[in-house]
Amino acid sequence: MLARLNVLLLGLLAPALSFAGDAISATEKQPLNLHAIGMFVLFVSMTLGITYWAAGRTKSAADFYTAGGGITGFQNGLAIAGDYMSAATLLGLTAMVYSKGVDGYIYMIAFFAGWPIILFLMAERLRNLGKFTFADITSYRLNQNKVRTMAAVSSLTVVCFYLVAQMVGAGQLIKLLFGLDYTIALFVVGALMMVYVTFGGMVATTWVQIIKACMLLAGGTLVMILAMSQFGFSFENLMTKAISVHSLGEKILFPGSLLPDPVTALSLGLGLMFGTAGLPHILMRFFTVTNAKEARKSVLYASGFVAYFFNVILLMGFAAIIIVGQNPEFFEGGNIAGKIIGGGNMVAMHLAKAVGGNLLLGFLSAVAFATILAVVSGLALAGAAAISHDIYARVIRQGKATETEELRVSKLSSVGLGIVAIVLGIAFEKMNVAFMVALAFGIAASANFPVLILSMYWKGLTTRGAVIGGYVGLVAAVLFVLLSKSVWVTVLGNAQALFPYDQPALFSMPLAFLVTIIISKLDNSAEAQAERAQFDDQYVRAQTGFGAAEASAH
Amino acid sequence: MSSTSSQRAVYARIRSNPRFAELVSKRQGFATLLSVVVLTIFYGFFMVVAFTPNVIGQRLSEGSYVTVGIAAELFMFIFFWVLTAVYVKRANGEFDDITTEIVRDAAKEVK
Repeated sequence: MLARLNVLLLGLLAPALSFAGDAISATEKQPLNLHAIGMFVLFVSMTLGITYWAAGRTKSAADFYTAGGGITGFQNGLAIAGDYMSAATLLGLTAMVYSKGVDGYIYMIAFFAGWPIILFLMAERLRNLGKFTFADITSYRLNQNKVRTMAAVSSLTVVCFYLVAQMVGAGQLIKLLFGLDYTIALFVVGALMMVYVTFGGMVATTWVQIIKACMLLAGGTLVMILAMSQFGFSFENLMTKAISVHSLGEKILFPGSLLPDPVTALSLGLGLMFGTAGLPHILMRFFTVTNAKEARKSVLYASGFVAYFFNVILLMGFAAIIIVGQNPEFFEGGNIAGKIIGGGNMVAMHLAKAVGGNLLLGFLSAVAFATILAVVSGLALAGAAAISHDIYARVIRQGKATETEELRVSKLSSVGLGIVAIVLGIAFEKMNVAFMVALAFGIAASANFPVLILSMYWKGLTTRGAVIGGYVGLVAAVLFVLLSKSVWVTVLGNAQALFPYDQPALFSMPLAFLVTIIISKLDNSAEAQAERAQFDDQYVRAQTGFGAAEASAH
Repeated sequence: MSSTSSQRAVYARIRSNPRFAELVSKRQGFATLLSVVVLTIFYGFFMVVAFTPNVIGQRLSEGSYVTVGIAAELFMFIFFWVLTAVYVKRANGEFDDITTEIVRDAAKEVK
């Protein structure tokens, strides 16, 4: 039982930033939660209003993909925080601190530490070189057709796996929080996502993410303050009580079963850090700001909000050990040694109810739903951009498509992605989809990140190296996850995993780097020479922003 | 994405400006230094977690529940964020001033 719980929690958290693991613990439909539905309706009306307003401002391709490049650093910082902190952060990490103690805090620092690195090494160059998608950067001086196709394929793979994992998690969560049927929940999420993205493009998506980030920060802070007031706002007081009642006792202060060996710990750290730096929907946010200055500020604000919220979560988790863990009301049959009603992920929700009644529970439920919508909208937009901007406009039409045509394709793609998400969400309802987020992060770290960083930093990169290295990273990440315990044993039912670790990044990422570098070095074709020659101009633009995409005037 | 010939001329001028080399080496050196600091502390902490997990749970003082692990992590959250603030301040101030100057000079001379 304990081993299964570990697998469940690992599934929930190791793959990061998703509540995909919710799907593992089959959720039970709860009675209709009227407070939650009321607040959710309020949120939806507000965001639909914004979408209506945004639709009037979404005329050009730049408006659609990047909100015209006119978002400020502060707004973008909030939006990034909204894009980055999913329901897993709120529900999964609280549950993890509640059941495992300080292990949860160790995961949180791994989620956080990628941000300073993104700022120091990437933010400015991303803004100076990119326009709509990160493939604009990787294909800047390389063969448009081949490099864009590769980038679009890996982007879409990341987006699809991530999207399906989110949808399955969303269906389970909504069933649990709102008492809605799984299929209906998927249609609601899919339909709202299509409306936001198709009509409002990046403007609406950004505002949905900003509002959601504010709700999440406010809701979490309120619960934390109310909970801490029960301990006289004393950390010592809180910990003394938590340790005295927790079944693990003092062990909650030590690293436990979630980081079983150095390889897993290191691979997880690498995957989270560099996977974040290769996620298409996160990278896309860097093209929405006015210039490199604002891009840097975005990271400053985003990482500040993320760091703050993780510490709130830590306190919530520890407080829940006493407030939720000692209250029979939240356990099946009123037995505090038994199962928590609704499963482990409900700890944060129970805590909200315990300290703030049904009203706060309703608010936090609405926050969770808003969180799902914000994340899937960002994903759908990134996927649509890969289809319409990279594949349709640049590869199929060779840059000759008009803006109207490109926009039409991107809107059709958003609708298409919405339908795919709903259909796959329904198909995967009963399946363990935790591996899909592991896969998304693994691919982002192994296929997107190496090519992206080398294209910005290394003169020697050639088309042949980028394409072969990118595909090798993609295939390696997929294979390692396929042969790992989470798919080979848990999903496919084999007895023994062929690849011993659940996290692929430590192996697939260096492999992708190695292949890209070796193939590039061996490439002495005329095209390769020309590509290297163009690096110097690209380098000046990356450093100075001269010639970078400008914000469109409104 | 090809640049126009006048853009290329500006790029060439910027490259030949010694201030550009100075800007790049200063900013890149600073960014690299900060990255190395973050990566060393972060992976150093993960090595402690992986190889000597008992250290993490040790209390800083008798009778307090602030452990080495909790203190180290809180320190990382705050310190890493302060480093981002330091970088943003210097890049958006000092470095961007030099950048603006270099670009203006190059654009002027090309015209």
